Amino acid sequence: MLHGMKVRDLNAWYNDNHVLKNINLHLMGGKITALIGPSGCGKSTFIRCLNRMHEVIRGGRVRGEVWLEGENIYGRRVDAVMIRRRIGMVFQKPNPFPTMSILENAVSGVCLHESLNTNGLAERAEEALRQAALWEEVKYRLDDPAVSLSGGQQQRLCIARALAVKPEVLLMDEPCSALDPASTLRIEELMAELKKTYTVIIVTHNMQQAARVADHTAFVYQGEVVEDGPTSEIFTAPKDPRTEGYITGRFG
Amino acid sequence: MAILEIVRIRRGKFRRPGWFAFLARCFGLLIAGLMVLIIWEVGRAAWLSIHTFGFSFFTSSRWDPVHDVFGALPFIYGTLASSLLALIIAVPLSLGIAIFLSEMAPPWLKDPVSFIVEILAAIPSVVYGLWGIFVLAPWLRDGVEDWLGNALGFLPFFQGPRSGIGLLTAGIILAIMILPTITAISREVLVAVPQSQREAMLALGGTRWETIVRVVLPYGRVGIFGAVMLGLGRAVGETMAVTMVIGNQPKISLSLFSPAYTMPSVIVNEFSEAVTQLHLSALMEIGLILFAITLLLNIVALLLVRRIGTVPVQGGRM
Ligand SMILES: Nc1ncnc2c1ncn2[C@@H]1O[C@H](COP(=O)(O)OP(=O)(O)OP(=O)(O)O)[C@@H](O)[C@H]1O
Ligand SMILES: [Mg+2]
Repeated sequence: MLHGMKVRDLNAWYNDNHVLKNINLHLMGGKITALIGPSGCGKSTFIRCLNRMHEVIRGGRVRGEVWLEGENIYGRRVDAVMIRRRIGMVFQKPNPFPTMSILENAVSGVCLHESLNTNGLAERAEEALRQAALWEEVKYRLDDPAVSLSGGQQQRLCIARALAVKPEVLLMDEPCSALDPASTLRIEELMAELKKTYTVIIVTHNMQQAARVADHTAFVYQGEVVEDGPTSEIFTAPKDPRTEGYITGRFG
Repeated sequence: MAILEIVRIRRGKFRRPGWFAFLARCFGLLIAGLMVLIIWEVGRAAWLSIHTFGFSFFTSSRWDPVHDVFGALPFIYGTLASSLLALIIAVPLSLGIAIFLSEMAPPWLKDPVSFIVEILAAIPSVVYGLWGIFVLAPWLRDGVEDWLGNALGFLPFFQGPRSGIGLLTAGIILAIMILPTITAISREVLVAVPQSQREAMLALGGTRWETIVRVVLPYGRVGIFGAVMLGLGRAVGETMAVTMVIGNQPKISLSLFSPAYTMPSVIVNEFSEAVTQLHLSALMEIGLILFAITLLLNIVALLLVRRIGTVPVQGGRM
């Protein structure tokens, strides 16, 4: 059974701007949870709170609890660096390391945590690149610079880079918004594959995408989770009028 | 009426660039022309020496105005040695300060630290020279050099008599003088590294330090190299402060404690006393070499530093 995450009374601020208000949410293990909501409602802020990336921003402040396998990641003795190793993240814009080759990018996280020899690293890179459905395209050019890849390939490389560390949870903040439909489709297929081994949480603006890939969906509005539940229910029988308004396109 | 006005201004604007661009181009060409003129004039004045000594000017260490025999090797050596020493001291320091300012310092500390570093650039070089003679040199002579000699005396760099006047003093003064340049530009380079790069490494479970070493510095390496070149250019051309503390003896010694002589120093010291044509011409040739070196360093540096914010050079192996 894969670990889920439980969020309890989570609040987040940018300086004095109270962006997330008392969020309570259960993110199920081995499932894909989609976060939807209008621009500026706090989706990115929320997902960054899940692996302690919010505090990296100047003025970023968090209060509340986020539980991963019986451990509060905001607990007193918890090391944020270790949490980020267990909870991987993929960003909206592909951000491979331009000074590194494809192979080096794939193992850039692994190198930090494990002392593998060259063979071990190469194996880990192959495994991650296969998982990210990129291996076939790059296996003969692993030493090329990462920026020589297309945008969609770069994003899959970033996914591979996160997977290579073997996290328990994978957070994705609009991973397809910079990509064309074909690359988007590949990454959606990839997500379906990934949920067998990872708990996946994805932010998306694209409601068809949420409907296609997510098992669960949470609607965020003005810093609060208005409604969450199985995707089919949210999209066919929303309970809250605000959810309905959003998915029928009346605002947002 | 307002619309007409705008149209008129627009029209005017479309016509005027002709004039303006023409003038700007003229001034640009003027500067380039001046540069060529300087090279030409200095080259002409140096011709006698170039003709007389040929390549041996670079390899001979005999500088003998009395017999009209000139070789520039001690000056080239002194310049390079003092400048390299300055780099060895200044680069780690500057990079450290730049990293601190861009990656670690709390906001309230950034401005004061930058200010102090920038103030160093505002001190006239003759004041550095005075400080070198009256503070640094005695301090080195009566303490540091003894200590270095005892601790590292097995290396040729730290042997020989200690006077406090020489390469070490010059190197330290130069290091302080080029520190602001390297720090300021490296800091610009580091600040220009996209936040998404840092976040990528942090999200993989990297510490702040790992992020700096593995992501931020590599991303900025070209610009940092440019900053170092610019600093080197300044060190090579620095005249007054070095002349005051390096001892001005045209000899080549590996020891950092021994006096030396640099290219700018010999020009400024001997120019007014040069009586023979050949002596004057030899000084001109040194000037020409110096000019070539600094020009090259500055061109390379500017080309590299201009790339700030663009994608760095690719490549690199595991
Ligand atoms: N770095 C920041 N500094 C200050 N305020 C910020 C910062 N980032 C976001 N905010 C504010 O926090 C609120 C939530 O932003 P967030 O980025 O989480 O929204 P979002 O739901 O991800 O929007 P989008 O769908 O447009 O990405 C916004 O009102 C925004 O103005
Ligand atoms: Mg967002």
